Amino acid sequence: MSDHKTMTLTLIVWRQKGPKDPGKFETYTAKGITEHHSFLEMLDCVNEDLIYAGKEPIVFDHDCREGICGMCSQVINGAAHGGQDRTTVCQLHMRKFKDGDTIYIEPWRARAFPIIKDLIVDRSALDTIVQAGAYVSCHTGGVPDGNAILIPKPAADEAMDAAECVGCGACVAGCPNGAAMLFTGAKVSQFAVIPQGQAEAATRVKDLVDAMTSCGFGNCTNHYECQVACPKGINVKFIARMNREFIKAQFA
Amino acid sequence: MILDGKCPTGPIEQTWDKHRFDLKLVNPANKRKYNVIVVGTGLAGGAAAASLGELGYNVQAFCYQDSPRRAHSIAAQGGINAAKNYPNDGDSIYRLFYDTIKGGDFRAREADVWRLSQVSNNIIDQCVAQGVPFARDYAGYLDNRSFGGAQVSRTFYARGQTGQQLLLGAYSALSRQIKLGTVKMYNRREMLDLVVVDGVAKGITVRNLLTGELESYAADAVCLATGGYVNVFYLSTNAMGCSVTANWKAHKKGAFFANPCYTQIHPTCIPQAGDYQSKLTLMSESLRNDGRCWVPKRKEDCGKHPNEVPEEDRDYYLERKYPSFGNLAPRDIASRAAKEQCDDGRGVGPGGRGVYLDFATSIKRVGADTIKERYGNLFEMYEKITDEDGYKRPMRMYPAPHYSMGGLWVDYNLMSNIPGLFVLGEANFSVHGANRLGASALMQGLADGYFVIPYTIGGYLAGVKPGVVKTDNPEFKKSADEVDAYNNKLLDINGNKTVFEFMRELGGLMWENCGMARTKESLELNLKKIPALREEFWKNVKVSGKGADLNQQLENAGRTADFLEFAELMCRDAYHRNESCGGHFRSEYQDEGEAQRDDVNYCYVGAWEYKGDKKEPELHKEPLKFDNVHLAVRSYK
Repeated sequence: MSDHKTMTLTLIVWRQKGPKDPGKFETYTAKGITEHHSFLEMLDCVNEDLIYAGKEPIVFDHDCREGICGMCSQVINGAAHGGQDRTTVCQLHMRKFKDGDTIYIEPWRARAFPIIKDLIVDRSALDTIVQAGAYVSCHTGGVPDGNAILIPKPAADEAMDAAECVGCGACVAGCPNGAAMLFTGAKVSQFAVIPQGQAEAATRVKDLVDAMTSCGFGNCTNHYECQVACPKGINVKFIARMNREFIKAQFA
Repeated sequence: MILDGKCPTGPIEQTWDKHRFDLKLVNPANKRKYNVIVVGTGLAGGAAAASLGELGYNVQAFCYQDSPRRAHSIAAQGGINAAKNYPNDGDSIYRLFYDTIKGGDFRAREADVWRLSQVSNNIIDQCVAQGVPFARDYAGYLDNRSFGGAQVSRTFYARGQTGQQLLLGAYSALSRQIKLGTVKMYNRREMLDLVVVDGVAKGITVRNLLTGELESYAADAVCLATGGYVNVFYLSTNAMGCSVTANWKAHKKGAFFANPCYTQIHPTCIPQAGDYQSKLTLMSESLRNDGRCWVPKRKEDCGKHPNEVPEEDRDYYLERKYPSFGNLAPRDIASRAAKEQCDDGRGVGPGGRGVYLDFATSIKRVGADTIKERYGNLFEMYEKITDEDGYKRPMRMYPAPHYSMGGLWVDYNLMSNIPGLFVLGEANFSVHGANRLGASALMQGLADGYFVIPYTIGGYLAGVKPGVVKTDNPEFKKSADEVDAYNNKLLDINGNKTVFEFMRELGGLMWENCGMARTKESLELNLKKIPALREEFWKNVKVSGKGADLNQQLENAGRTADFLEFAELMCRDAYHRNESCGGHFRSEYQDEGEAQRDDVNYCYVGAWEYKGDKKEPELHKEPLKFDNVHLAVRSYK
């Protein structure tokens, strides 16, 4: 365990005391980092050093540390989640960096995600979009047998592709317009491709698009940066499906 | 005191239906007069908050994350059990009931397990209606896979992300109620105290994690769905924020803590790579449908590349020891078997703490594409962490703390011994006995949330006058003042060691002396060392920052302080239970490596009562009766 070569890295980290503080970059050194450290474990080490030195540690959102809760959210060297394909920050490992590297670490930056402190942002706008109608309005109990609703495998698979979204907001952070079209498109599509979602399809897409707009998210201009940033590989075809559903809904 | 679980009697098949009829009801027009607090928004809490909101109660829901969608139920991979018998392979409610009782090594209540098995089928229907994308076959029917401890295929799944999909289902139902206004959601709040007024649970004190302010909330009933406590081992498969804090605060206010020594060590997790490590990552039990566990037969082969160890020199130890269940032996048994091979010097990888999980045979049989479709995301996750390709060389695995079967004591109505305090999901102790079978945690969380609490809470509230206690009751201020003083004490120590250092040290003690195997001596050692470590913590911990601010150090310090108290109770429980059962393995009580129960002396639930700081807790017993399943030696051979 101790025979690994270690790295020393220079970190340039966004520090911001609160929502109204202008914020600035601070420089830190990360020492004794091995290729097996995850990116967040590297930050843990830096924070331990800061605490020993009597300074305030860097705060960042994280929880499951296995790439599924969607809580971690950092822009690393300009790329949301650090730029490794289908990877959240917590799953990014230091073997992707080399000794002597300089790493820039910033929070998600988007109008709809105000910064709370350091690398933590407020993503409650994503909850607002879901609350607007990203569900089937069924009551607990009183539903038919699971096999009474047949869903052919291709449809179930497509719904699952859309449902893999972890709600981290990287798509918004990666988008030059700060748009949440990939997030919203995935939600609309998950229900659009299965029978359970049909009854409310028209109202759902309209309500979600309205919520998205009123939360201050931008619009899609086909940069596809969202798909690149997405740690779950959600495909931009779901944006196209949302647009189609939206037009369909005008005639419903 | 002999505890009474208030289980219904009579033929087991009729217990839940009869009980539901016997429960009092709250008239629909009166429901909105009742406030209910739900703490935690995982499968149990999310489902409960949504369902209670649908019924018309005024619900206030709390989570420490930035969104209710992130609770750690989300990380469950493999699946959820139900007794649908869709594959026509002999399943039934009775068989699921039997397997769960046996899987728990005869340390759970029959009536609770029966109810769980009965409502398991409703859960699948409910989730399908919500749009949860379970795996389907080409004709459109639901697909099943197998899990440990069962000889039927009864596990429903959504790729390797079943927990995520079920949680998103509950979250969507919850979101609908938030929009409708029946549920008020409080994110980024951590419960730091239970408020008890005249012996009845009437509210909570929480810390707003963004501002550091303490807030009081009053209600006619409080539901804790706050998960498990295996982060007491520091390294576990739990999320970083999972803690015993909510349960421990309730315990200190009088709620009994049942069977804390029953912890589950999951057999297939990615081995630890270094001391800096913050968590261990689980690889789903479903992998054992197609993966075979082995270690080299000879010590000298352990350093070789696994593909260079010929077939005849491999020991497929689970298939050898448990021919009828093979690689799908239950978790406690598979974990101990892995430890046994490593203790024998035949472990692989760094430090010799690892076994292989090999997919070569299955890839040959069904092709790499099929394996990829079944477990693709797990192979990806494995590669990200280890930089190794699981399709080309066997994965390395080692057991890790995963789940706690113990929890706050509840009766059949899921109410603790404090009237008005309900406990749901992993946070309670009720159905898994001494060992939980795979794919049944999701089942329990959703059963409690969707199909149990909506009925049983009505039975309680029907006898309660709504809205009598409000936050202007002096108990709320007293509670907030106490929490404030406690936090200030933590901030004022300004010592030399960080919170993580203490947590790592405690985790090490628990893993070594109260982990996969425990002895009288190891537990005695911990019962000395833990109080000493706790004392050092309160003298020498360094917590920077302020109380009235976003302060993650303070959050962690509070959780660690609670773990330092809880760990002692866990060891005490393990020490008192002079038998081995399920996940509780006392090395002195074994029959050639298999757990040796003592049904004459220990066939009971051990529920501990807090008696005050530096006072010994008192043990209360609830005897377990088995009228339907015969107490037998649990065999998977």
